[in-house]
Amino acid sequence: MYKFLILSPLLASSLFAAGTIEGARMRDTLNISAIVMFLLFVAGTLMITYWASKRTKSASDFYTAGGGISGFQNGLAIAGDYMSAASFLGISGLVYLAGYDGLIYSIGFLVGWPIILFLIAERLRNLGKYTFADVASFRLEQTPIRILAAFGTIATVLLYLIAQMVGSGKLIELLFGLPYEYAVILVGVLMILYVTFGGMLATTWVQIIKAGLLLSGATFMAIAVLYHFDFSFEQLFSKAVEVHDKGRAIMAPGGLVTDPVSAISLGIALMFGTAGLPHILMRFFTVGDAKEARKSVFFATGFIGYFYILTFIIGFGAIVMVLHNPAYLDMAKQALSGGAPIIGGKNMAAIHLSHAVGGDIFLGFISAVAFATILAVVSGLTLAGASAISHDLYANVFEKEVCDEAKEMRISKIATIVLGVLAIALGIAFEKQNIAFVVGLAFAIAASANFPVLFLSMFWSKLTTRGAVIGGSLGLATAILLVILGPIVWVDILGNKEAIFPYKYPALFSVTVAFVAIYLFSITDNSDRAKRDRDAFEAQDIRSQTGIGAEGAATH
Amino acid sequence: MTIQELDSVKNNPKYQELVRKRSRFAWTLAISMLLVYYAYIMTIAFKPELLAQPLSEDSVITIGIPIGVAIILFAFLITGFYVYRANNYYDKMVAQIKADLEAKDV
Repeated sequence: MYKFLILSPLLASSLFAAGTIEGARMRDTLNISAIVMFLLFVAGTLMITYWASKRTKSASDFYTAGGGISGFQNGLAIAGDYMSAASFLGISGLVYLAGYDGLIYSIGFLVGWPIILFLIAERLRNLGKYTFADVASFRLEQTPIRILAAFGTIATVLLYLIAQMVGSGKLIELLFGLPYEYAVILVGVLMILYVTFGGMLATTWVQIIKAGLLLSGATFMAIAVLYHFDFSFEQLFSKAVEVHDKGRAIMAPGGLVTDPVSAISLGIALMFGTAGLPHILMRFFTVGDAKEARKSVFFATGFIGYFYILTFIIGFGAIVMVLHNPAYLDMAKQALSGGAPIIGGKNMAAIHLSHAVGGDIFLGFISAVAFATILAVVSGLTLAGASAISHDLYANVFEKEVCDEAKEMRISKIATIVLGVLAIALGIAFEKQNIAFVVGLAFAIAASANFPVLFLSMFWSKLTTRGAVIGGSLGLATAILLVILGPIVWVDILGNKEAIFPYKYPALFSVTVAFVAIYLFSITDNSDRAKRDRDAFEAQDIRSQTGIGAEGAATH
Repeated sequence: MTIQELDSVKNNPKYQELVRKRSRFAWTLAISMLLVYYAYIMTIAFKPELLAQPLSEDSVITIGIPIGVAIILFAFLITGFYVYRANNYYDKMVAQIKADLEAKDV
């Protein structure tokens, strides 16, 4: 049990963060092959952006690539959005450190997808136009619902962006030897270029290419590891057990989940959080109809599941091929503290493994892929944030009478630039901060504010504007408050002795607060607006079930 | 959609059948996914040693590993099952409902 207690905070901080990359540069010489491959990627994606810019004329092109993405393409793009550097490096690093626990974590990230497919994907496509707020506000009062949804979107996007920017700065510093600030600025500038000029079309293709590169790179690594052991899992695992400090414990659940409340809460955060991430939800509007939307999820689930199986093999491969290889260990730290940690921290396990199996060239490839991954994810996030600002806030709240499409697009481009600059500033500001909590908080907000309102707007006829606004806001506030009072922020960051709220994952409580409050404030709502909200459900439901009225321009 | 169109779809027995069947199917799959996942994670919370048993006496591989991989496969397969059924069955019902609606319009 003592071992678990030591392990838990370590795991907790690695769970949602890519930001645990530290240490000096990996190599003193410039990593030429990495730089060449990265430049190729940038050149290729900029060409795509140029091509996409010629095809991005209307608001629909900008937000949703004109709805012309196929189910298969969108499935790859969703996988590209979802398989962040944090999950590639973080999960393989978690496997490297703790073995089996990495698999538990991957499974949690995957099981939200089938639920999204069964319950919301098609309805979302049938009701929405550009953002999930279109769906949530379909029959409710536009202004308050859109403000709430935009707030939830921007909060989620900014938190996620911080994690990605800090992670990318550290990763690039380590891999390419570029100073942290330059790396963050480079990522920010490229992302602004992709999104402002190429809109959703360029963002989608950046994600598709990145997903293809990441899946092929990871496949190669996993095969190389298995080849090393004559494709025998028994041999691979035996060797890993032999060399790992924890021995056989790496083959079984360890400290990731220790009590039932945390277990349920983590599950809810991952499942409902995934179904409330604005940049993921937005992808469902890029396909033509409900059929393509459902195919997207099928392909995405396949790619993501396959990828998680690969990261598990990669993590074990790293245990065997990196753990005791002096080339990858920080000998300077050994002189100071005794143990020799892996250079760059445990999240670099997959990167070192790429060198072990494929030499400098393959290390260069995987480094470039890691960079491409970050670029693709931040682009999707920024586009989602910009859409919330231009489509939800500007066009439908502030200037709903006078706003034309050209103006809305101009606003969204300005919003992209502002978000990009903000992301760069936040990335630099948070360089030395402990950001372990941010992605967890982003998931908690998505699960507690975005998801309940979206879900009930589609499924519960008695939902009213008042219930949605009060419940969603309370869910949001509870999620933020409980994260601040919880062990990661209150104890690890603020230095207090004991957490006021004892659990790392607040979702069980904050999601419950949101649902209960939405219920109570809806059923007690006797206003005229409430009557209209309820009366409009039937028409909405027929459209969401059949797609009648959703073809062509979605007007509401 | 006009009120008449709305009523026509709502009162179409095919529509009612679609909603009933598809909802039951979708919720059944969703709940089975939830049950599988929570059974797994609750085992980890309460009785992790169950997953720590080796596959055979001389193996280091625990049953937790094939079970974990099986959950990933299960997630993929039931999405495939849903898509298959929706493409071949529910989409046809929707098409009929739309055809009925257009026939009434004329």
